[in-house]
Amino acid sequence: MSTEAPAEPAVNYLNASYGIKSWLLTLDHKRIGLLYLATITLMFVVGGLAATLMRLHLVEPQGALFEPETYNKMFSSHGIIMVFFFLIPSIPATLGNFCIPLMIGARDVAFPRLNLMSWYLFVTGCAFVLYDTISGGVDTGWTFYPPYSSLYAQSHVVAAALGIFIAGFSSILTGLNFIVTIHKMRAPGMTWFRLPLFIWALYATSLIFVLGTPVIAVTVFLLGLERLLHVGIFDPAVGGDPLLFQHMFWFYSHPAVYIMILPGMGVISELITAFSRKKIFGYSFVAFSSLSIAVISFIVWGHHMFVTGQALYAGLVFSVLSFLVAIPSAVKVFNWTATLYRGSISYEAPMLYALGFIGLFTIGGLTGLFLASLATDVHLNGTYFIVAHFHYIMVGGAVMAYLGGIHFWWPKICGRLYPDMWARISAAIIFIGFNLTFFPQFMLGYLGMPRRYAVYAPEFQVLNVLSSAGASILGIGYVIPLVYLIWSMRYGPIAGPNPWKAKGLEWTIPSPPPTENFEEIPIVTEDAYNYPAIEPHAYPDSQGVASV
Amino acid sequence: MKVLLQPVIGILAMNVPFQPPAASTIAEGVDRLYLVLSGITVFFSVLIFSIIFVFMVKYRRRKEDEIPVATHTPLLVELAWTIIPSLICAVLFVWTAAIYVQNGRPPRSSIEVFVIGKQWMWHLQHPEGPREINELHVPVGVPIKLTMTSQDVIHDFYVPAFRVKKDVLPGRFTSLWFEATETGTYHLFCAQYCGTNHSEMIGWIYVMSSSDYANWLAGGEKSESLAQLGERLFSQYGCDNCHASESNARAPSLVGVYGRPQKFATGETRVVDESLIQQAILTPNSVRLPNYQPLMPTYQGQIDQEQMLELIAYIKSLGSEERKGQ
Amino acid sequence: MAATHPAHPPGFAHQFETVEQQRDAGHLGMWIFLATEILFFGGMFTAYTVYRSLHLQEFIRGSHELLVKFGATNTAVLICSSLTMALAIRSAQTGKSRGTVISWLLLTWVLGAAFLAIKLRYEWYRDWVEGLIPGVSWMGGGGHTPGVKMFMCFYFFMTGLHALHMVAGLGILTVLVVMTARKRFSPNYYAPLEISGLYWHFVDIVWIFLFPLLYLIGGRYPGS
Repeated sequence: MSTEAPAEPAVNYLNASYGIKSWLLTLDHKRIGLLYLATITLMFVVGGLAATLMRLHLVEPQGALFEPETYNKMFSSHGIIMVFFFLIPSIPATLGNFCIPLMIGARDVAFPRLNLMSWYLFVTGCAFVLYDTISGGVDTGWTFYPPYSSLYAQSHVVAAALGIFIAGFSSILTGLNFIVTIHKMRAPGMTWFRLPLFIWALYATSLIFVLGTPVIAVTVFLLGLERLLHVGIFDPAVGGDPLLFQHMFWFYSHPAVYIMILPGMGVISELITAFSRKKIFGYSFVAFSSLSIAVISFIVWGHHMFVTGQALYAGLVFSVLSFLVAIPSAVKVFNWTATLYRGSISYEAPMLYALGFIGLFTIGGLTGLFLASLATDVHLNGTYFIVAHFHYIMVGGAVMAYLGGIHFWWPKICGRLYPDMWARISAAIIFIGFNLTFFPQFMLGYLGMPRRYAVYAPEFQVLNVLSSAGASILGIGYVIPLVYLIWSMRYGPIAGPNPWKAKGLEWTIPSPPPTENFEEIPIVTEDAYNYPAIEPHAYPDSQGVASV
Repeated sequence: MKVLLQPVIGILAMNVPFQPPAASTIAEGVDRLYLVLSGITVFFSVLIFSIIFVFMVKYRRRKEDEIPVATHTPLLVELAWTIIPSLICAVLFVWTAAIYVQNGRPPRSSIEVFVIGKQWMWHLQHPEGPREINELHVPVGVPIKLTMTSQDVIHDFYVPAFRVKKDVLPGRFTSLWFEATETGTYHLFCAQYCGTNHSEMIGWIYVMSSSDYANWLAGGEKSESLAQLGERLFSQYGCDNCHASESNARAPSLVGVYGRPQKFATGETRVVDESLIQQAILTPNSVRLPNYQPLMPTYQGQIDQEQMLELIAYIKSLGSEERKGQ
Repeated sequence: MAATHPAHPPGFAHQFETVEQQRDAGHLGMWIFLATEILFFGGMFTAYTVYRSLHLQEFIRGSHELLVKFGATNTAVLICSSLTMALAIRSAQTGKSRGTVISWLLLTWVLGAAFLAIKLRYEWYRDWVEGLIPGVSWMGGGGHTPGVKMFMCFYFFMTGLHALHMVAGLGILTVLVVMTARKRFSPNYYAPLEISGLYWHFVDIVWIFLFPLLYLIGGRYPGS
């Protein structure tokens, strides 16, 4: 583990073989992770462009750029691409694929061929959705509510549904692979409670992948058939029930929100510990809060349907269950914050992203209370408040964590360092731009501006213009990392095996790692995040300590 | 340039609204809860932000090789920050549930207005007969109950100033009530995406003083009430041939059925409501009574949504007359 | 790698340390896949249940359009195929000759194919002729109200998906036959057979649920 004279290993997974074929047919989890990285970056750019155009359009109440029809297609594409083709695969499929075997001391995931197949399925799904976008787009919103989507929409619903259906199988297979890998491939001595919390988070995520995704697959399958054959499953005129679609859709799509945020929480646990050189505060609480979030996520879907006329008592039950989610989330935030206490904190770019995540996730999580609460949800449901809330979780949370993770493991991925100053600047720009974009949307929502409006009442203009201004700052913030990360792949200084002096098996091997990861499978003898620390002399209450 | 300057000018001129008008009996309770939730959000966000900030400064790395002091995890602390949020959530839930349950029940004295949503407009029908499109005139201080259905896709009737919102579904009826407290003009929005011109499926609610409202009712074109129109349809479609005011061998009488539980040939018992009457007209055999033959034809495709509402209003009026008689 | 593990059994993959680890991983993987499948069919069953309760009479009427004798025959065929599948695995495990394993596998294949043939020829084809396939060949007459159409929809979705799983199963069986013929299995290593067996039994079990749900329940025998 010499960090003094860093040198790239002569043969690593990047240069072990050359040529397009060696990438497209690779079974190496690290290369598959990079294939995903390239794919989802492309999807992020497409989805981000749609968002930029939407924000530009909304600077004027009557709409600055498009006809309503085009605007509708913009927000639908933005939603479908960002949710199903960026956020859901983002951390699990890129960082998860790259890191899981490295972090648990394995040579690869349990089923490398299946892993490659997942990527091909994902790319096929992407192809359908991109084709759909180019050939005229879909205008149903990412939620595809029938009977609009099944009978009335004139756009290409089936291709988009098919894309989501196929990408769903990619998720299922990835989740399956991860669960088996985490169960069966851990190095000797790597017990469950020595696992890094990122692994716990991905395990919880994989459970949702495996148990939730098949339900959305069935749902979009039924929707596709309904649209093609007009058999009437969701058509009330012939006895179908459009609300059944919403139940089935949210049974998956609410847990899907946790698919997006749980891995981000895992990343944050890694970053906070590495940059404060501290053991995580309350390991088992953080680990079990991931699992309890995953479990609770399956029984709260009804809070998306408070205003559909669902039964009073159903509303009450879903409300109380939704409040429950707040508790494990709060536990995580408190434990991360407490981890900083008496640490040795440094502020490289990944840490800035992590701290930004905690702040934005706190706001995002707390504003979730407004929506779990029935009386306020009735007013806020379907308005910009919802948009702001889930962007705080999804962009302020998941995307910040994703970028933090990318910056953290980038030296491991390509063996080079990026310019940290630029990275810190872009992290700051993203934080500012993000808040400017989405905070005004909370106010818009409370004022009553409904979402998915191509034109709006003039009194909402000022806040919309603020939001659009923020979006342009945010856009710049996202472009900068794209530039310097690509630059650093070739020109960055050599990183060495452990540039952050972080704990964890992935930092004990060269960067970039060799194809087989470990020369000899390591034997793990210590807990996760076992950073050196001085025992405090007079710490009160040392009996009442929780283990770990 | 003008566009860029607008927010600055806007903030300077303080014409950014921070609160929507609150103009119904429901709004006050919702706003109070909203305020408390905002307080909780601000409190905890500021708390977390400032703790992070203090730690960031106080425990910044001073030497590259410094070794931090170990902290153990006292179970008490973990329990405290598990239990305190749970208690806060419990209190919030009880509070919000109380408001929700209270807001869920329309007062008995409500005036009932029928609403039909369709791409992309709102049809509103007053019981006295006047029909409106994208506009609704209501008196102040009187509870109004909206009985709503959609002719095509799912819509959502949303009046921000009243803090009320309810999906408007095809094939079934949902309801919503409010009692305006301030006269004025308020936005009506469709809050469930319903297709191309979703954002133009908007309108205005005019809350008027009772005398203005009476004038408005009187000033409009004289028209029959909904129930009267329904009665005409009832005989036009020949419904009264079988459904006479006395039950006979072919069909039961419909007098007084509305709002009562009924046992059907399928064995189930349901209360007769708007959805059930509509179902009986469109798919009669699914709600046949046990002692009758399946003789009634379907009226699927023959009766449009407005006529349906008129028929329903008529059948409901039969119920109320009979009850008055008792 | 090869140096650390000099004696690789056939079929051993580089990412594993031991053969047991590989077998365990394979098993766990299949069980998790089956959990996914349960949720997949579970979504269908839920939707079916909801609509059944909404349109009870019509679903019963729809159920009368199905031919119990062919459904029952197919149930028997599938149960037999599960037995032959189990026997194939058993003979690989106890080191019976390759011929024995292959013949049990082929018998399973034939039974699976017979199921599909019966389904296609005597049920779906008849439905097509009689206009009972919603969206494809639907003849609205004969008192077939929307609820009956809905029932037929679910019948085709569910049996169609099941048949799709059968087709995949036949593909897997074909691969297994080839692998057996190429001496890939031994009493020490027959995990692919076991894992495929799990899948095959699962597909059978789905049918065991589908048969009563679609053909039997709901007033077919009014006397009772």
